[in-house]
Amino acid sequence: MTEATPLWEVFIRPRNGLAHKHCGSLHAADEVLALNAARDVYTRRGEGVSIWVVPSAAITASDPDQAAENFEPTADKIYRHPTFYEIPEDVGHM
Amino acid sequence: MYSQGLIGADSTTEETPEFLARFQARIDAEEKIEPNDAMPEGYRRTLVRQIGQHAHSEIVGMLPEGNWITRAPSLKRKAALLAKVQDEGGHGLYLYAAAETLGVSREEMTEELHAGKAKYSSIFNYPTLSWADIGTIGWLVDGAAIMNQIPLCRCSFGPYARAMIRVCKEESFHQRQGYEIVMTLARGTPAQREMAQDALNRWWWPSLMMFGPHDADSEHSDQSMAWKIKRFSNDELRQKFIDATVPQAEFLGLSVPDEDLKWNEEKNGYDHGEIDWSEFWRVVKGGGQMNVDRIRDRKAAWDNGAWVREAARAHAAKRATRKQAAE
Repeated sequence: MTEATPLWEVFIRPRNGLAHKHCGSLHAADEVLALNAARDVYTRRGEGVSIWVVPSAAITASDPDQAAENFEPTADKIYRHPTFYEIPEDVGHM
Repeated sequence: MYSQGLIGADSTTEETPEFLARFQARIDAEEKIEPNDAMPEGYRRTLVRQIGQHAHSEIVGMLPEGNWITRAPSLKRKAALLAKVQDEGGHGLYLYAAAETLGVSREEMTEELHAGKAKYSSIFNYPTLSWADIGTIGWLVDGAAIMNQIPLCRCSFGPYARAMIRVCKEESFHQRQGYEIVMTLARGTPAQREMAQDALNRWWWPSLMMFGPHDADSEHSDQSMAWKIKRFSNDELRQKFIDATVPQAEFLGLSVPDEDLKWNEEKNGYDHGEIDWSEFWRVVKGGGQMNVDRIRDRKAAWDNGAWVREAARAHAAKRATRKQAAE
């Protein structure tokens, strides 16, 4: 069994003004090689102007089995949305 | 594609009828399945096998084309071919990363390929004898791959579907540059025309075989359709490819090497002659002209690159130690 090279997650900013977005992952020995590889693998056609690479091991993810308890409670809190409140039309746009 | 946490993790799920029904209901509702979601072991295994084979095909596919980089007829063709081969390498990497989210490592997949336990597309076991083959591969082989891959963009497994969207965007250049090469030859001297026809004669049937056995003989099809890993059957995709490609050959004034090929008004598609499945199985089982060379070359690339991977890791370790000492 060959020794595994660390895994990195790659985030690309498509252009200034937009956030970096996750676009995939790759293997590289260190952050310098990870950036080089990310440039070659994920930006061959002008996909971005900036790259972040993050060690995959540094990511903590929420548990999908707890998705219901984590995220469903927001569905019944409709008072968090502006349309919950009735404002007479005479008031104008608010 | 947060695979690190999954590699070697205990992924066993108790597959009760209720669990399987819930999983199928998610699939039927067109919900995407993501790496950390509970999934039947069969679903995971099918995807690891299919995505792994797909990744290997991209990587092995670099070999027949790489064969012509130094002999491309012009700087323009050489630049395009280099870019295409680099793309294939990239596609392999997206796909290995997608497979890794299922808990298998790229090293394990590579070792399976080298040991002959994992398959790759048989089309790459045919030799590239002339420059016309490079054009024909782009036109037919990448064309057939696109037919297969477009429905995979809607595959139920999220990482695979996302990888396929990237791949499909890039494949379109491959097919067009290939067709342009064949078109240039077809409009050239009689000798060039003959080269184009010869390449079409050799690549047509193997390209049709890329879609796999007839539906009735395809062992993994039904379950893959139910899991929405596959969206169309082998024969449906093959028919689409023939219907799209025959007029493209006619436009070039080249003839498709199938005497039984004729338009069928009733089904609004072409009828075609019988595929030689004995050849297909012979090549799948290792009897193609290039099977031995391809694996030999892949192993050589892996083995000859070992010192680079080791040096990079050693350098990274040294830098990490230095950084720690400075803190």
